[in-house]
Amino acid sequence: MYNQTVMDHFRNPRNVGVIEDADGVGEVGNPLCGDIMTIYLKVEEGRIRDIKFQTFGCGSAIAVSSMLTEIAIGKTIEEARAITNKDVAQALEGLPKNKLHCSNLGADALQLAIKDYEDRLAGVSRPEIKRKEDHEHSHGDKCYCPYCDVEIIEGATFCDACQSSLEEEH
Amino acid sequence: MMKIVNLDHISASPLLAEVKDSMIEAVRQDYHNPSSQHQAGEQAAEALQRARTSVAQLVNAALPKEIVFTSGGTESVNHAVKGVALANAARGNHIITSNIEHNAVNRSLRRLQSAGFKVTSLSVDSTGRVDPADVADAITDQTILVSIMHSNNETGTLQPIEEIAKITRGKKVIFHSDAVDSVGIMPVDVQKLGVDLLSFGSNTFYGPAGVGGLYVRRGTRVFPLLDGGVQENNKRAGAENLIGIIGMGTAAEIAVQGMDARVAHLRRLKDKLLAELPDYIDEYIINTHPRYSLPNLVSLSIKYIEGESVLLMLDDEGFLVSTRSACATGSLRASHVLLSLGLSHADAQGTLVLSFGIDNTAQDVTAFLTALKNVVTTLRDISPLYKKATAQN
Repeated sequence: MYNQTVMDHFRNPRNVGVIEDADGVGEVGNPLCGDIMTIYLKVEEGRIRDIKFQTFGCGSAIAVSSMLTEIAIGKTIEEARAITNKDVAQALEGLPKNKLHCSNLGADALQLAIKDYEDRLAGVSRPEIKRKEDHEHSHGDKCYCPYCDVEIIEGATFCDACQSSLEEEH
Repeated sequence: MMKIVNLDHISASPLLAEVKDSMIEAVRQDYHNPSSQHQAGEQAAEALQRARTSVAQLVNAALPKEIVFTSGGTESVNHAVKGVALANAARGNHIITSNIEHNAVNRSLRRLQSAGFKVTSLSVDSTGRVDPADVADAITDQTILVSIMHSNNETGTLQPIEEIAKITRGKKVIFHSDAVDSVGIMPVDVQKLGVDLLSFGSNTFYGPAGVGGLYVRRGTRVFPLLDGGVQENNKRAGAENLIGIIGMGTAAEIAVQGMDARVAHLRRLKDKLLAELPDYIDEYIINTHPRYSLPNLVSLSIKYIEGESVLLMLDDEGFLVSTRSACATGSLRASHVLLSLGLSHADAQGTLVLSFGIDNTAQDVTAFLTALKNVVTTLRDISPLYKKATAQN
């Protein structure tokens, strides 16, 4: 199912963990859609000196997190801001079609962490990360079509954009 | 080479050596068409009849001709549901089912809904069982069919088929049960159950995939799914897959002979797993009914981690398992079966389905538990949910 690069990052994920005194933290996803990814940044002189991740998710979600941290480490904030989902997927030499949404999470989490870092620098008060609880009403949450990556409502059974059925395969 | 331990028999079971031999012999025989009237055709018809008799014995059908050979469980279910609906449309248009059925039933019914049939889907209780009283309440003068599965393919939980059959008989409503994961794994007796139709597949009991059976009680009104010739007592057109059917017949004979030992072996492995699991991992949910369940299946939701990751890591250790996480099925939604049990989305994501077979041993269970412990520890170390949960404690 996955290529060797993806499996290598899944089996031996780089930069796993938490940075306790992080300069920026970004978290995306929720258990309703499948994956949760948290990125921790340590920034020195405008450069990402350390980056760590935690991920609840499938094989590609873990591989994407790992690859993202490898791409981002050592980069300046400006360079890191330019990292796209596509960059991560390409570095992994491709993901199965229905797993592309996982690569979305990686860059999104990084961008949120960068924003958090900048907000802190600017003295913007930081709301605590609020993870959506399972029992909360799910409508309006961001989920992405696993095939074409367009934003759709959680629990949708059909993607209008690419005409894919999103129902269970079994 | 690493030993591969199959704990995913619900997806595929190995063919018994006797089954392979009988199929190879059948290939060598160059059987003619069982419908042909010459002697070569008659020889083929005799082989077909022998297999039909063996399969009839497996489900204790009163007559061999109550067995229709199909291309597998999916076709059997499609045949039963659509065939009964179309044959009885003049009597009514209402069908009752449960909300934990396999998609073979769900999607057949959706197809029928688009053709004007009305469907009532019953909820299950927190243990995953349908209340027979709900079936009785749902029956109207328009009801022509009740379709409730014998065992659930994700949880292994058994449904109160006998009790439901008493109700449908009293109301003269046709009753079909999808027993694809039960037949050949545990005793299934159509006369004792009281069902009118029962679907099953051959690979469940170590016969070839691509062959299955549909039990149709004599006198039940059902149209063929495939129209054409008069094969299978006019219930399924097309020249029979005789090599596959012969393999299924052999598998049925062995299942009948060894049923008690088979059930005891499977149950020992399952009981061992359930008893020793707490020594290896914590914070999990067992979705399988403690009493009414298949002897070989355990559904296990492990908190804070996702099923596909677990599956991939166990695969690296040589253990084949199945998962019901949304990620793995390519949908964005957790399994409808698990959610109907009241499981949270996050917990449903960490669900493994383990299904034992006669080729498994007690040593396999111990080795699996050791591997599982390592995988769970590794993935929880990566998981933000686990860190948060442990921080709160």
